[in-house]
Amino acid sequence: MSRFNKQRNILDFTLSSLLRRRTKNSALVIVYTLIVFSLASVLFFTQAIKKEACIVLQNSPEIIVQRIVAGRHDLLPADYIDTIRAIRGVQSAKGRLWGYYFEPAAGANYTLMVSEEPGVEVGRIVIGQGVSRTIHANRADIVPFRRYDGSYTSFEVSDILSSESELVSSDLVLISESDFREMMGIRGEYVTDAAVYAKNKRELFMIADKIKRILPDTRPITKDEILRTYEAIFDWRGGILLVILSGAVIAFVILAWDKASGLSSDERREIGILKGIGWETSDVIAMKFWEGAVISLSSFSLGIILAYIHVFFASSALFEPALKGWSVLYPEFRLVPHMDPLQIATLFFLTVVPYTVSTIVPSWRAATIDPDTVMRL
Amino acid sequence: MFARKSNVFLLFMAVNIFLLALVFGHASYGEKNALPYLRGKAQMVKRIGLSDLCLFTDARYARHPSMADLSTPFQDHPMSLEHFPSGTIITPPPHLRSK
Repeated sequence: MSRFNKQRNILDFTLSSLLRRRTKNSALVIVYTLIVFSLASVLFFTQAIKKEACIVLQNSPEIIVQRIVAGRHDLLPADYIDTIRAIRGVQSAKGRLWGYYFEPAAGANYTLMVSEEPGVEVGRIVIGQGVSRTIHANRADIVPFRRYDGSYTSFEVSDILSSESELVSSDLVLISESDFREMMGIRGEYVTDAAVYAKNKRELFMIADKIKRILPDTRPITKDEILRTYEAIFDWRGGILLVILSGAVIAFVILAWDKASGLSSDERREIGILKGIGWETSDVIAMKFWEGAVISLSSFSLGIILAYIHVFFASSALFEPALKGWSVLYPEFRLVPHMDPLQIATLFFLTVVPYTVSTIVPSWRAATIDPDTVMRL
Repeated sequence: MFARKSNVFLLFMAVNIFLLALVFGHASYGEKNALPYLRGKAQMVKRIGLSDLCLFTDARYARHPSMADLSTPFQDHPMSLEHFPSGTIITPPPHLRSK
Protein backbone atom coordinates (compact mmCIF):
# COMPACT_ATOMS: atom_id res chain seq x y z
CA MET A 1 0.00 0.00 0.00
CA SER A 2 1.47 3.34 -0.98
CA ARG A 3 2.13 5.93 1.72
CA PHE A 4 -0.49 8.26 0.19
CA ASN A 5 -3.18 5.58 0.21
CA LYS A 6 -2.32 4.67 3.78
CA GLN A 7 -2.76 8.29 4.89
CA ARG A 8 -6.05 8.51 2.96
CA ASN A 9 -7.32 5.41 4.73
CA ILE A 10 -6.33 6.88 8.09
CA LEU A 11 -8.08 10.13 7.10
CA ASP A 12 -11.21 8.16 6.17
CA PHE A 13 -11.14 6.47 9.55
CA THR A 14 -10.51 9.80 11.34
CA LEU A 15 -13.46 11.47 9.60
CA SER A 16 -15.74 8.56 10.54
CA SER A 17 -14.50 8.80 14.12
CA LEU A 18 -15.17 12.57 14.17
CA LEU A 19 -18.64 12.06 12.72
CA ARG A 20 -19.47 9.56 15.46
CA ARG A 21 -19.03 12.43 17.94
CA ARG A 22 -20.55 14.97 15.58
CA THR A 23 -22.30 17.18 18.19
CA LYS A 24 -19.14 17.68 20.23
CA ASN A 25 -16.94 18.19 17.19
CA SER A 26 -19.39 20.56 15.45
CA ALA A 27 -19.47 22.69 18.61
CA LEU A 28 -15.67 22.62 18.63
CA VAL A 29 -15.46 23.76 14.98
CA ILE A 30 -18.00 26.56 15.64
CA VAL A 31 -16.11 27.88 18.69
CA TYR A 32 -12.74 27.55 16.94
CA THR A 33 -14.09 29.34 13.83
CA LEU A 34 -15.48 32.13 16.02
CA ILE A 35 -12.11 32.61 17.72
CA VAL A 36 -10.25 32.80 14.39
CA PHE A 37 -13.02 35.02 13.01
CA SER A 38 -12.75 37.56 15.84
CA LEU A 39 -8.94 37.60 15.79
CA ALA A 40 -8.83 37.95 12.00
CA SER A 41 -11.60 40.61 11.97
CA VAL A 42 -9.63 42.76 14.43
CA LEU A 43 -6.44 42.27 12.42
CA PHE A 44 -8.08 43.08 9.07
CA PHE A 45 -9.94 46.10 10.44
CA THR A 46 -6.94 47.66 12.18
CA GLN A 47 -4.57 47.01 9.28
CA ALA A 48 -6.99 48.49 6.75
CA ILE A 49 -7.56 51.62 8.88
CA LYS A 50 -3.83 52.07 9.48
CA LYS A 51 -3.08 51.67 5.78
CA GLU A 52 -5.81 54.13 4.77
CA ALA A 53 -4.73 56.66 7.41
CA CYS A 54 -1.15 56.38 6.18
CA ILE A 55 -2.11 57.15 2.57
CA VAL A 56 -4.81 59.76 3.18
CA LEU A 57 -3.09 61.71 5.98
CA GLN A 58 0.17 61.97 4.00
CA ASN A 59 -1.34 65.22 2.74
CA SER A 60 -2.19 66.69 6.14
CA PRO A 61 -0.39 69.91 7.19
CA GLU A 62 3.34 69.38 7.74
CA ILE A 63 3.27 71.07 11.14
CA ILE A 64 0.22 72.15 13.12
CA VAL A 65 0.94 74.73 15.80
CA GLN A 66 -1.43 74.88 18.76
CA ARG A 67 -1.36 77.25 21.68
CA ILE A 68 -1.58 75.65 25.10
CA VAL A 69 -2.91 77.68 28.03
CA ALA A 70 -3.12 76.04 31.48
CA GLY A 71 -2.62 72.63 29.91
CA ARG A 72 -5.48 73.14 27.48
CA HIS A 73 -5.71 73.86 23.78
CA ASP A 74 -6.47 77.58 23.33
CA LEU A 75 -6.99 80.05 20.48
CA LEU A 76 -3.80 81.13 18.74
CA PRO A 77 -3.16 84.89 18.32
CA ALA A 78 -2.92 85.67 14.58
CA ASP A 79 0.36 87.58 15.09
CA TYR A 80 2.00 84.27 16.11
CA ILE A 81 1.62 83.26 12.46
CA ASP A 82 3.80 86.22 11.35
CA THR A 83 6.44 85.14 13.88
CA ILE A 84 6.33 81.60 12.48
CA ARG A 85 6.57 82.84 8.88
CA ALA A 86 9.77 84.72 9.80
CA ILE A 87 11.51 81.48 10.86
CA ARG A 88 14.09 80.41 8.31
CA GLY A 89 12.97 77.36 6.32
CA VAL A 90 9.23 78.05 6.66
CA GLN A 91 7.59 78.14 3.25
CA SER A 92 4.13 79.18 4.40
CA ALA A 93 2.04 79.42 7.54
CA LYS A 94 -1.70 79.77 7.54
CA GLY A 95 -4.22 80.06 10.33
CA ARG A 96 -6.84 77.32 10.56
CA LEU A 97 -10.28 78.07 11.92
CA TRP A 98 -12.24 75.12 13.13
CA GLY A 99 -14.27 73.96 16.09
CA TYR A 100 -17.06 71.72 17.25
CA TYR A 101 -20.78 72.29 17.17
CA PHE A 102 -23.28 70.29 19.19
CA GLU A 103 -26.60 69.96 17.42
CA PRO A 104 -29.12 69.69 20.28
CA ALA A 105 -32.05 68.38 18.21
CA ALA A 106 -30.14 65.39 16.86
CA GLY A 107 -27.65 65.16 19.76
CA ALA A 108 -24.81 65.00 17.22
CA ASN A 109 -21.41 66.69 17.17
CA TYR A 110 -20.17 68.32 13.97
CA THR A 111 -16.72 69.62 13.09
CA LEU A 112 -17.06 73.13 11.69
CA MET A 113 -14.18 74.14 9.50
CA VAL A 114 -13.43 77.27 7.54
CA SER A 115 -12.66 76.38 3.96
CA GLU A 116 -12.45 77.90 0.53
CA GLU A 117 -13.94 74.84 -1.15
CA PRO A 118 -16.28 75.55 -4.07
CA GLY A 119 -19.78 76.15 -2.73
CA VAL A 120 -18.62 77.70 0.54
CA GLU A 121 -19.70 81.34 0.58
CA VAL A 122 -21.25 83.70 3.09
CA GLY A 123 -24.58 82.11 4.05
CA ARG A 124 -23.80 78.86 2.20
CA ILE A 125 -22.19 75.73 3.58
CA VAL A 126 -20.98 72.35 2.35
CA ILE A 127 -21.76 69.39 4.62
CA GLY A 128 -20.48 65.83 5.01
CA GLN A 129 -22.61 62.75 4.35
CA GLY A 130 -22.96 62.00 8.06
CA VAL A 131 -24.36 65.48 8.78
CA SER A 132 -26.72 65.17 5.83
CA ARG A 133 -27.93 61.79 7.09
CA THR A 134 -28.36 62.94 10.70
CA ILE A 135 -30.46 66.02 9.99
CA HIS A 136 -31.93 64.81 6.68
CA ALA A 137 -30.50 67.82 4.87
CA ASN A 138 -30.06 67.89 1.11
CA ARG A 139 -28.79 70.43 -1.41
CA ALA A 140 -30.58 73.82 -1.24
CA ASP A 141 -32.05 73.03 2.21
CA ILE A 142 -31.81 75.69 4.91
CA VAL A 143 -30.15 74.48 8.12
CA PRO A 144 -30.39 76.46 11.40
CA PHE A 145 -27.36 76.84 13.69
CA ARG A 146 -27.19 78.27 17.20
CA ARG A 147 -24.76 81.13 17.65
CA TYR A 148 -22.49 81.64 20.65
CA ASP A 149 -24.92 84.23 22.08
CA GLY A 150 -27.94 81.90 21.89
CA SER A 151 -29.49 83.47 18.80
CA TYR A 152 -30.04 81.44 15.64
CA THR A 153 -28.67 81.79 12.16
CA SER A 154 -29.27 79.65 9.12
CA PHE A 155 -27.26 78.53 6.13
CA GLU A 156 -28.13 77.08 2.78
CA VAL A 157 -26.57 73.70 1.97
CA SER A 158 -24.82 74.29 -1.35
CA ASP A 159 -23.25 70.85 -1.65
CA ILE A 160 -22.74 67.51 0.13
CA LEU A 161 -19.29 65.93 0.25
CA SER A 162 -18.94 62.56 -1.50
CA SER A 163 -19.78 59.36 0.34
CA GLU A 164 -16.36 57.92 -0.67
CA SER A 165 -14.71 60.55 1.53
CA GLU A 166 -16.78 59.76 4.64
CA LEU A 167 -13.81 58.43 6.57
CA VAL A 168 -12.36 61.94 6.64
CA SER A 169 -15.39 64.16 6.07
CA SER A 170 -18.53 62.58 7.52
CA ASP A 171 -19.09 65.15 10.28
CA LEU A 172 -17.66 68.18 8.46
CA VAL A 173 -19.51 71.45 7.97
CA LEU A 174 -17.43 73.66 5.70
CA ILE A 175 -18.23 77.29 6.32
CA SER A 176 -16.93 80.73 5.32
CA GLU A 177 -14.58 82.61 7.66
CA SER A 178 -16.96 85.48 8.40
CA ASP A 179 -19.86 83.11 9.15
CA PHE A 180 -17.63 80.99 11.42
CA ARG A 181 -16.32 83.99 13.37
CA GLU A 182 -19.80 85.43 13.73
CA MET A 183 -21.27 82.12 14.84
CA MET A 184 -18.53 81.19 17.31
CA GLY A 185 -17.80 84.71 18.55
CA ILE A 186 -14.10 84.48 17.66
CA ARG A 187 -12.49 87.84 17.03
CA GLY A 188 -10.42 88.50 13.90
CA GLU A 189 -7.09 88.48 15.74
CA TYR A 190 -7.41 84.82 16.73
CA VAL A 191 -7.33 81.53 14.86
CA THR A 192 -7.78 77.97 16.14
CA ASP A 193 -4.28 76.84 15.20
CA ALA A 194 -1.79 77.26 12.37
CA ALA A 195 -0.76 74.96 9.51
CA VAL A 196 2.91 75.36 8.64
CA TYR A 197 4.72 74.10 5.53
CA ALA A 198 8.50 73.86 5.21
CA LYS A 199 10.68 74.49 2.17
CA ASN A 200 12.73 71.40 2.92
CA LYS A 201 10.80 68.46 4.38
CA ARG A 202 13.94 67.23 6.18
CA GLU A 203 13.96 70.41 8.26
CA LEU A 204 10.51 69.81 9.76
CA PHE A 205 11.76 68.76 13.19
CA MET A 206 14.22 71.65 13.31
CA ILE A 207 11.47 74.13 12.43
CA ALA A 208 9.13 72.56 15.00
CA ASP A 209 11.89 72.90 17.57
CA LYS A 210 12.48 76.57 16.65
CA ILE A 211 8.74 77.32 16.92
CA LYS A 212 8.71 75.76 20.38
CA ARG A 213 11.71 77.87 21.46
CA ILE A 214 10.47 81.16 20.00
CA LEU A 215 6.86 80.66 21.11
CA PRO A 216 7.13 78.60 24.33
CA ASP A 217 3.35 78.49 24.92
CA THR A 218 2.79 76.63 21.65
CA ARG A 219 2.85 72.96 20.77
CA PRO A 220 3.93 72.01 17.25
CA ILE A 221 2.60 68.67 15.97
CA THR A 222 4.41 67.30 12.93
CA LYS A 223 2.86 65.21 10.17
CA ASP A 224 4.92 62.21 11.28
CA GLU A 225 3.37 62.49 14.73
CA ILE A 226 -0.12 62.62 13.19
CA LEU A 227 0.64 59.47 11.18
CA ARG A 228 2.13 57.71 14.20
CA THR A 229 -1.05 58.53 16.15
CA TYR A 230 -3.01 56.17 13.91
CA GLU A 231 -0.35 53.50 14.18
CA ALA A 232 -0.65 53.74 17.97
CA ILE A 233 -4.46 54.00 18.20
CA PHE A 234 -4.91 50.60 16.62
CA ASP A 235 -1.90 49.11 18.28
CA TRP A 236 -2.64 45.63 19.69
CA ARG A 237 -1.87 46.90 23.18
CA GLY A 238 -4.56 49.59 22.99
CA GLY A 239 -7.92 49.59 24.72
CA ILE A 240 -10.67 47.37 23.46
CA LEU A 241 -8.44 45.65 20.90
CA LEU A 242 -6.47 44.15 23.74
CA VAL A 243 -9.73 43.04 25.39
CA ILE A 244 -10.96 41.34 22.20
CA LEU A 245 -7.60 39.79 21.46
CA SER A 246 -7.00 38.56 25.00
CA GLY A 247 -10.57 37.18 25.22
CA ALA A 248 -10.08 35.25 21.99
CA VAL A 249 -6.60 34.05 22.97
CA ILE A 250 -7.80 32.89 26.41
CA ALA A 251 -10.73 31.04 24.79
CA PHE A 252 -8.28 29.38 22.44
CA VAL A 253 -5.89 28.44 25.24
CA ILE A 254 -8.81 26.82 27.15
CA LEU A 255 -9.72 24.91 23.99
CA ALA A 256 -6.16 23.71 23.41
CA TRP A 257 -5.63 22.97 27.12
CA ASP A 258 -8.75 20.83 27.19
CA LYS A 259 -7.28 18.76 24.37
CA ALA A 260 -3.75 18.66 25.75
CA SER A 261 -4.77 17.78 29.32
CA GLY A 262 -6.01 14.34 28.38
CA LEU A 263 -8.29 12.14 26.36
CA SER A 264 -11.85 11.12 27.18
CA SER A 265 -12.42 7.49 28.22
CA ASP A 266 -14.03 6.83 24.80
CA GLU A 267 -10.98 8.13 23.01
CA ARG A 268 -8.66 6.05 25.22
CA ARG A 269 -10.74 2.93 24.57
CA GLU A 270 -10.66 3.66 20.82
CA ILE A 271 -6.85 3.91 20.90
CA GLY A 272 -6.64 0.69 22.96
CA ILE A 273 -8.82 -1.19 20.47
CA LEU A 274 -6.82 0.15 17.51
CA LYS A 275 -3.58 -0.94 19.15
CA GLY A 276 -5.17 -4.27 20.01
CA ILE A 277 -6.11 -4.97 16.39
CA GLY A 278 -2.60 -4.17 15.24
CA TRP A 279 -2.28 -0.41 14.65
CA GLU A 280 1.21 0.94 15.19
CA THR A 281 1.83 3.86 17.55
CA SER A 282 2.78 5.94 14.50
CA ASP A 283 -0.62 5.13 12.90
CA VAL A 284 -2.46 6.26 16.03
CA ILE A 285 -0.43 9.49 16.09
CA ALA A 286 -1.14 9.99 12.36
CA MET A 287 -4.86 9.54 13.05
CA LYS A 288 -4.76 12.10 15.85
CA PHE A 289 -2.74 14.46 13.66
CA TRP A 290 -5.42 14.26 11.00
CA GLU A 291 -8.11 14.79 13.64
CA GLY A 292 -6.43 18.02 14.77
CA ALA A 293 -5.71 19.06 11.20
CA VAL A 294 -9.30 18.48 10.00
CA ILE A 295 -10.76 20.58 12.82
CA SER A 296 -8.17 23.36 12.85
CA LEU A 297 -7.72 23.76 9.08
CA SER A 298 -11.50 23.85 8.50
CA SER A 299 -12.02 26.36 11.31
CA PHE A 300 -9.04 28.48 10.27
CA SER A 301 -10.03 28.82 6.63
CA LEU A 302 -13.71 29.40 7.48
CA GLY A 303 -12.77 31.98 10.14
CA ILE A 304 -10.51 33.91 7.76
CA ILE A 305 -13.06 33.94 4.92
CA LEU A 306 -15.90 35.02 7.23
CA ALA A 307 -13.72 37.75 8.81
CA TYR A 308 -12.85 39.11 5.36
CA ILE A 309 -16.55 39.23 4.40
CA HIS A 310 -17.37 40.85 7.76
CA VAL A 311 -14.77 43.62 7.52
CA PHE A 312 -14.72 44.42 3.81
CA PHE A 313 -18.24 43.58 2.64
CA ALA A 314 -20.36 44.10 5.77
CA SER A 315 -18.48 47.25 6.94
CA SER A 316 -17.40 45.56 10.22
CA ALA A 317 -21.04 45.46 11.35
CA LEU A 318 -20.25 43.50 14.53
CA PHE A 319 -17.73 46.14 15.67
CA GLU A 320 -20.15 48.98 15.01
CA PRO A 321 -21.75 49.17 18.49
CA ALA A 322 -18.28 49.33 20.08
CA LEU A 323 -16.96 51.89 17.59
CA LYS A 324 -20.12 53.97 17.67
CA GLY A 325 -19.96 54.49 21.42
CA TRP A 326 -22.13 57.50 22.17
CA SER A 327 -21.72 58.98 18.70
CA VAL A 328 -25.04 59.93 17.13
CA LEU A 329 -23.30 60.81 13.89
CA TYR A 330 -21.37 57.77 12.79
CA PRO A 331 -19.48 57.59 9.50
CA GLU A 332 -20.53 54.82 7.14
CA PHE A 333 -17.37 53.79 5.39
CA ARG A 334 -16.18 50.80 3.46
CA LEU A 335 -12.52 50.07 3.98
CA VAL A 336 -10.11 49.31 1.18
CA PRO A 337 -9.27 45.58 1.39
CA HIS A 338 -5.78 44.87 2.57
CA MET A 339 -4.31 41.43 3.29
CA ASP A 340 -0.86 40.89 4.68
CA PRO A 341 0.33 37.29 4.05
CA LEU A 342 2.67 37.58 7.05
CA GLN A 343 -0.27 38.28 9.36
CA ILE A 344 -2.21 35.31 8.02
CA ALA A 345 0.87 33.13 8.51
CA THR A 346 1.25 34.42 12.10
CA LEU A 347 -2.41 33.71 12.81
CA PHE A 348 -1.97 30.24 11.31
CA PHE A 349 1.04 29.42 13.50
CA LEU A 350 -0.71 30.81 16.57
CA THR A 351 -3.91 28.81 16.11
CA VAL A 352 -3.54 25.75 13.86
CA VAL A 353 -0.09 24.55 14.99
CA PRO A 354 -0.66 24.64 18.80
CA TYR A 355 -4.06 22.98 18.46
CA THR A 356 -2.79 20.19 16.21
CA VAL A 357 0.19 19.58 18.51
CA SER A 358 -2.05 19.58 21.58
CA THR A 359 -4.17 16.79 20.07
CA ILE A 360 -1.13 14.64 19.30
CA VAL A 361 0.66 14.76 22.68
CA PRO A 362 -1.98 12.99 24.88
CA SER A 363 -2.65 10.46 22.12
CA TRP A 364 1.03 9.65 21.88
CA ARG A 365 1.05 9.05 25.65
CA ALA A 366 -2.04 6.81 25.43
CA ALA A 367 -0.71 5.00 22.35
CA THR A 368 2.54 4.04 24.02
CA ILE A 369 0.81 2.33 26.97
CA ASP A 370 -0.16 -1.34 26.77
CA PRO A 371 -3.56 -1.66 24.93
CA ASP A 372 -5.02 -3.84 27.66
CA THR A 373 -4.20 -1.20 30.31
CA VAL A 374 -5.61 1.61 28.13
CA MET A 375 -8.90 -0.23 27.60
CA ARG A 376 -9.26 -0.95 31.32
CA LEU A 377 -8.66 2.69 32.36
CA MET B 1 -16.09 10.19 -5.83
CA PHE B 2 -18.13 11.05 -2.74
CA ALA B 3 -18.13 7.46 -1.54
CA ARG B 4 -14.95 8.14 0.46
CA LYS B 5 -15.15 10.65 3.24
CA SER B 6 -11.54 11.71 2.61
CA ASN B 7 -12.51 12.80 -0.92
CA VAL B 8 -15.31 14.98 0.47
CA PHE B 9 -12.92 16.54 2.99
CA LEU B 10 -10.17 17.12 0.42
CA LEU B 11 -12.72 18.74 -1.90
CA PHE B 12 -13.93 20.92 0.97
CA MET B 13 -10.35 21.99 1.70
CA ALA B 14 -9.70 22.64 -2.00
CA VAL B 15 -12.77 24.91 -2.08
CA ASN B 16 -11.52 26.69 1.06
CA ILE B 17 -8.03 27.17 -0.40
CA PHE B 18 -9.59 28.48 -3.60
CA LEU B 19 -11.72 30.92 -1.56
CA LEU B 20 -8.63 32.04 0.42
CA ALA B 21 -6.78 32.63 -2.86
CA LEU B 22 -9.82 34.56 -4.07
CA VAL B 23 -9.70 36.67 -0.88
CA PHE B 24 -6.02 37.52 -1.53
CA GLY B 25 -6.80 38.25 -5.18
CA HIS B 26 -9.76 40.43 -4.26
CA ALA B 27 -7.69 42.34 -1.69
CA SER B 28 -4.88 42.96 -4.16
CA TYR B 29 -7.31 44.01 -6.93
CA GLY B 30 -9.29 46.19 -4.50
CA GLU B 31 -6.12 47.89 -3.26
CA LYS B 32 -4.99 48.73 -6.79
CA ASN B 33 -8.48 49.84 -7.79
CA ALA B 34 -8.86 52.06 -4.73
CA LEU B 35 -5.67 54.05 -5.34
CA PRO B 36 -7.29 56.81 -7.46
CA TYR B 37 -10.06 57.35 -4.95
CA LEU B 38 -7.62 57.25 -2.01
CA ARG B 39 -5.57 59.90 -3.82
CA GLY B 40 -8.77 61.92 -4.26
CA LYS B 41 -9.37 61.67 -0.52
CA ALA B 42 -5.76 62.69 0.15
CA GLN B 43 -6.25 65.73 -2.11
CA MET B 44 -9.32 66.68 -0.08
CA VAL B 45 -7.26 66.39 3.11
CA LYS B 46 -4.70 68.75 1.56
CA ARG B 47 -7.26 71.28 0.28
CA ILE B 48 -9.18 71.53 3.54
CA GLY B 49 -6.14 71.00 5.77
CA LEU B 50 -7.50 68.04 7.73
CA SER B 51 -5.45 66.28 10.38
CA ASP B 52 -7.51 63.25 11.44
CA LEU B 53 -9.83 60.49 10.33
CA CYS B 54 -13.49 60.80 11.28
CA LEU B 55 -13.86 57.56 13.24
CA PHE B 56 -15.58 58.75 16.42
CA THR B 57 -17.67 61.85 16.89
CA ASP B 58 -18.69 61.57 20.54
CA ALA B 59 -15.67 63.15 22.22
CA ARG B 60 -13.30 65.71 20.73
CA TYR B 61 -10.15 63.91 21.81
CA ALA B 62 -11.48 60.88 19.94
CA ARG B 63 -12.56 62.90 16.90
CA HIS B 64 -9.13 64.52 16.56
CA PRO B 65 -6.77 62.27 18.56
CA SER B 66 -3.62 63.80 17.09
CA MET B 67 -4.74 67.26 18.25
CA ALA B 68 -5.67 66.20 21.80
CA ASP B 69 -3.75 67.15 24.91
CA LEU B 70 -3.22 64.97 27.96
CA SER B 71 -5.86 66.63 30.11
CA THR B 72 -8.60 66.76 27.45
CA PRO B 73 -10.43 63.62 28.57
CA PHE B 74 -10.49 64.84 32.18
CA GLN B 75 -11.19 68.53 31.78
CA ASP B 76 -14.97 68.63 32.17
CA HIS B 77 -14.57 69.43 35.83
CA PRO B 78 -12.08 68.76 38.64
CA MET B 79 -11.94 65.01 39.47
CA SER B 80 -13.72 64.34 36.17
CA LEU B 81 -13.13 60.82 34.89
CA GLU B 82 -12.83 59.95 31.25
CA HIS B 83 -16.22 58.47 30.42
CA PHE B 84 -16.69 58.24 26.65
CA PRO B 85 -16.82 54.67 25.26
CA SER B 86 -14.52 55.70 22.41
CA GLY B 87 -11.92 56.60 25.04
CA THR B 88 -11.58 52.89 25.82
CA ILE B 89 -10.75 52.11 22.21
CA ILE B 90 -8.13 54.72 21.49
CA THR B 91 -4.87 55.34 23.26
CA PRO B 92 -3.22 58.75 23.66
CA PRO B 93 -1.00 59.61 20.67
CA PRO B 94 2.70 58.70 21.14
CA HIS B 95 3.86 62.34 20.80
CA LEU B 96 1.74 63.22 23.82
CA ARG B 97 3.29 60.48 25.92
CA SER B 98 6.83 61.37 24.98
CA LYS B 99 6.56 65.14 25.59
